[in-house]
Amino acid sequence: MPDGSFAHPQQRHFNPYTENGGTILAIAGADFSVIAGDTRQSEGYSIQTRYAPKVFRLTDRAVLAVNGFAADGNMFVKKVKQRLEWYRHAHAKDMPLRAIARLIQTMLYAQRFFPYYVYNILGGIEEDGKYHTSLPSYSTAFPPHPLSRVHWIKREWKCGPKVLVANTFRLLVQLGSGAVYSFDPVGSYEREACRAAGAAQSLVQPFLDNQIYFKNQTAPAGQSHPTHLPLQDVLSIVIDSFTSATERHIEVGDGLEMYVVLAKGRSPQGLESIAGIQEVTTKSDSDRVFVIRRELKKD
Amino acid sequence: MDHFPTSWGRPRNEAYDAFNTYPLHQRPNHSKDVFADGVQRTQQPIVTGTSVLALTYKDGIMMAADNLASYGSLARFKSIQRLHAVGNSTVLGASGDMSDYQYIQTLLDELVIDEFTANDKHDLGPAEIHEYLSRVLYSRRSKMNPLWNSLLVGGKKNGKRFLAYVDLLGTTYSASTIATGYGAHIAIPLLRKAIEGRENTLTEAEARSILTEAMRVLFYRDARSLDKFQIATVNDEGVSISETITLETAWGFAEGIRGYGAQTQ
Repeated sequence: MPDGSFAHPQQRHFNPYTENGGTILAIAGADFSVIAGDTRQSEGYSIQTRYAPKVFRLTDRAVLAVNGFAADGNMFVKKVKQRLEWYRHAHAKDMPLRAIARLIQTMLYAQRFFPYYVYNILGGIEEDGKYHTSLPSYSTAFPPHPLSRVHWIKREWKCGPKVLVANTFRLLVQLGSGAVYSFDPVGSYEREACRAAGAAQSLVQPFLDNQIYFKNQTAPAGQSHPTHLPLQDVLSIVIDSFTSATERHIEVGDGLEMYVVLAKGRSPQGLESIAGIQEVTTKSDSDRVFVIRRELKKD
Repeated sequence: MDHFPTSWGRPRNEAYDAFNTYPLHQRPNHSKDVFADGVQRTQQPIVTGTSVLALTYKDGIMMAADNLASYGSLARFKSIQRLHAVGNSTVLGASGDMSDYQYIQTLLDELVIDEFTANDKHDLGPAEIHEYLSRVLYSRRSKMNPLWNSLLVGGKKNGKRFLAYVDLLGTTYSASTIATGYGAHIAIPLLRKAIEGRENTLTEAEARSILTEAMRVLFYRDARSLDKFQIATVNDEGVSISETITLETAWGFAEGIRGYGAQTQ
């Protein structure tokens, strides 16, 4: 022992975890989702960097926010992305959101006895939304993608063409709905309308309960609270959540990254006017993903 | 008859009858590793290096570390080099356990030789070296057998500067100025003030003097530091690690300090 006496046998334990601060948050709308996180990474009282992303685009309809132990978080995101790529190679399409949610729970629970010390929030578009009122014609409903043809033939073999047309038609014109899934480190998960996690969870979640779920608010006589808020209102709530968390929590600040996922068929109403917005969608004719970046206080 | 060749020619165990049918005989149990108790994992660093500082400037990145390897509070080795060139576009700076660092050096040297022998006109840049190290350190922490270091990887390849950190937990991040250990507390405020927002205008001479000043402050305040250090630069010309630089220090001010120490007013 270089420093200290040999008088008492020393037993030291290596702690494989640390906390890297920061906060994440996601809110689901009727036909969109907003997933956001600050970009500060810290350990104890030290700011390690002012820009370390915690929110990641997985597919054109799924965005994952990861908070807790940064090394575990990065490794976990890396492995989820890898599994989604394998899925793409096997099935020639992106994994649906609810399937990604179950995948994440399985991957987290696989590490039950040496957990990834991360809180995950998955946001995006679920394939369970309202149906289009103006139905596109049969020919445009079938996309030109060659693999969709394979799909068609398979179904024909299984069931009569009448049933087939009905099924495929419905799938194609369905408008997705905004969805948020939140997880604990060992995989317990549920679908919610909104969720905050991380260092400032205890500051942000009560605010969301009040503003999104209208808890402790009474609607004016004869009126009821809206079930879903419009995108502009949600973005304002997200920005206010993070500026407030930055004021009151030392581990939150530096930068804010907000991902907006829009359901296919929804017009990007008002979104194009937002300063510094950037589209990160990879395919045309799909749900769309945008990133909005804002500065937060750096002290 | 014992049909396991590995058991042949070994001293007979008279305690059991190999020909018996009940209870079933068992082979002598070799599965226990007799040296298992002797296997030690790093539970704490022994011979250690203190802070490494790094910054990005106009033409590339610059890194500094002193030449000391301490054994607890003893200044044990006073001409150790803690900056290491990897390939021709990367430099690695190490703090923490020096034997783990030397092991990492052998890993990297093997890696670079493998890449060289492939002779495919590809070589590893700083981003690849950092990714490799972060995987090695994260996998070792996951085996509860960490490599007890905080490492800085810096470099420039294809006109792109790179500076990032990785430690014994596998934690990684990149920033325009980074310091490990005590430097993260003492040097970072000075470095951020001098560098943030000026990454693309700072000249090599300015960068060198900022680093030297930070190293001086660290030598004044960090009891595990030394006044001899080296600076590594990576720019378009490649990697260069300086000769040992000796800090100029002045201790006259200590005379005037009152309020602690041996003196009574």
